[in-house]
Amino acid sequence: MSIVVYCENIEGNLKKATLEALTYAHKMGSELGLPTYAVTTGEPLTDVLKQYGVSKYVEVSPNVPADTSLLAGSISFGFEKLNGQYLILPYNSTGKSIAGQLAVKCDAGIVSSVNALPESLEPLRVSQSLFAGKASAVVQVNTAKVVLALQSNAIQPEEKPVDEISGELVILDSLSQVELVKQEMLSEGIPLPEAELVVSGGRGFKGPENWHILEDLAKELGAATACSRPVSDADWRPHHEHVGQTGIAISPNLYIAIGISGAIQHLGGVNNSKTIVVINNDPEAPFFKAADYGVIGDLFEVVPKLTAAVQAFKSKA
Amino acid sequence: MNILVCIAKSIETTAKIVFTPDNSALDESGMQYIMNPYDEWYSLVRALELKDQVGGEVTVIHVGDASSDPIIRKALAIGADKGVRIDTIPQSAADVAKQLSAYLADKSFDIVFTGKETVDYNGGILPAMLAAKLKWPFFDVVSHLEYADDLALISKEIEGGVKVFKSPLPLVLSATKGLAEQKIPNMRGIMMAKRKPLEVVSAVDHATDTNIVSFSKPEKSKEVTLVDADDMDELVRLLHEEAKVI
Repeated sequence: MSIVVYCENIEGNLKKATLEALTYAHKMGSELGLPTYAVTTGEPLTDVLKQYGVSKYVEVSPNVPADTSLLAGSISFGFEKLNGQYLILPYNSTGKSIAGQLAVKCDAGIVSSVNALPESLEPLRVSQSLFAGKASAVVQVNTAKVVLALQSNAIQPEEKPVDEISGELVILDSLSQVELVKQEMLSEGIPLPEAELVVSGGRGFKGPENWHILEDLAKELGAATACSRPVSDADWRPHHEHVGQTGIAISPNLYIAIGISGAIQHLGGVNNSKTIVVINNDPEAPFFKAADYGVIGDLFEVVPKLTAAVQAFKSKA
Repeated sequence: MNILVCIAKSIETTAKIVFTPDNSALDESGMQYIMNPYDEWYSLVRALELKDQVGGEVTVIHVGDASSDPIIRKALAIGADKGVRIDTIPQSAADVAKQLSAYLADKSFDIVFTGKETVDYNGGILPAMLAAKLKWPFFDVVSHLEYADDLALISKEIEGGVKVFKSPLPLVLSATKGLAEQKIPNMRGIMMAKRKPLEVVSAVDHATDTNIVSFSKPEKSKEVTLVDADDMDELVRLLHEEAKVI
């Protein structure tokens, strides 16, 4: 038996979410006495895999086909070949398309949005985030095989190097009538769901013409930009930047909310962020209750000062 | 075209989440259920538009007990032709997938619409599970759909962008914002909904892959550290030295 992690090679790298999944698997595996193996698509990146404790892999080809049912089929084939019992993967955009399919194809029970290491292994009980992060549930899995799809930041990546890795390439049937016609990136810079640092603005900015104040700070930090729902509804910013319960949910290391009051639906999309900074001129803004650090003041004065302070800090570092 | 729209109920998004004293279940007293917005606003409305374009029939299906009938009636009022309710309280997404695929085994639908997730449990697992059980192509977080020459052109939102796929039917898709515009049922629709068929079918045995043991809420609200608006160097220092995020 083994714990298998799905490792997607994206442009020659494993994303942080995949390193988190590897760390999660390794920790679970040391408790259970099971090795950590990987199913990879694309070049297997053996150096990184070894760094994170993987001693064996199966590379499945074709590489990330347009048809996600083929991808899920390939991964479940690799999972069986590695005699997998647990399949761990990030619940990111690829993970969301395949996790449920993998559960069916591997005949496994599934828990999505897993936010911590298991509470118990026998029976397996894991914590899952729900109600937009307003609560968690402990879910018991009653099946022999298990798929766990991890929310980002469920665990911090930790290297556990091994000396040796062995692997093989398996080429699978790739017949599909699904065709990828085109792929467009809408935003320049860092994709929001993957960003470690996010600067987000609300109605407090008064209009799109003031957005450069936020963008200056984001640029200085190397952060992605986001916005609240009223801002995207008013077309100040594109919809794909809208974070919240009806937009996208993110969990960066740092979320700086500027001029956002913090309605419950907005908090739902961001309250898994590791650190939250709130800048608002209204000391009663509900967002302060969810914040780690708060600044009460006029954003048009505070934000440029913060940008300058970040600049000074970076030039010292 | 024979179109199926899966509709779920969800707790209204502004509701305060309360659990029973032993934290084993949701305290549903006074809790208001609505049709899951992703299902109602985007999935159902786009399904109805597709029917207007190519003809056919739109069936809505729900797994739940009779307390969900008003939600199904609302979908009929918005324009669905008929409703089906699989009469059981589902235990998990795997259970819903099992109930739906059992119902679909001897039916012939061309396209199955779902929402990308429910706005309460946020699991998002059902659409992919259902597609895998049916062995149909699956497209999630779909923000745009066109249909011409027996092919569907589908835009899927990905991290920071969009992918466009072409696929023959049948297929399963999960809808997100952008796929359609919310439609409010009018009085005529509401009156007509009362006469539309709502078939209740019995459930197959439950899938018991997983079950919720207990609920909990985040420990307590964090203590916010206030930083003087004139001292942003201090904020940067805290973020670097204390929070260690920059």
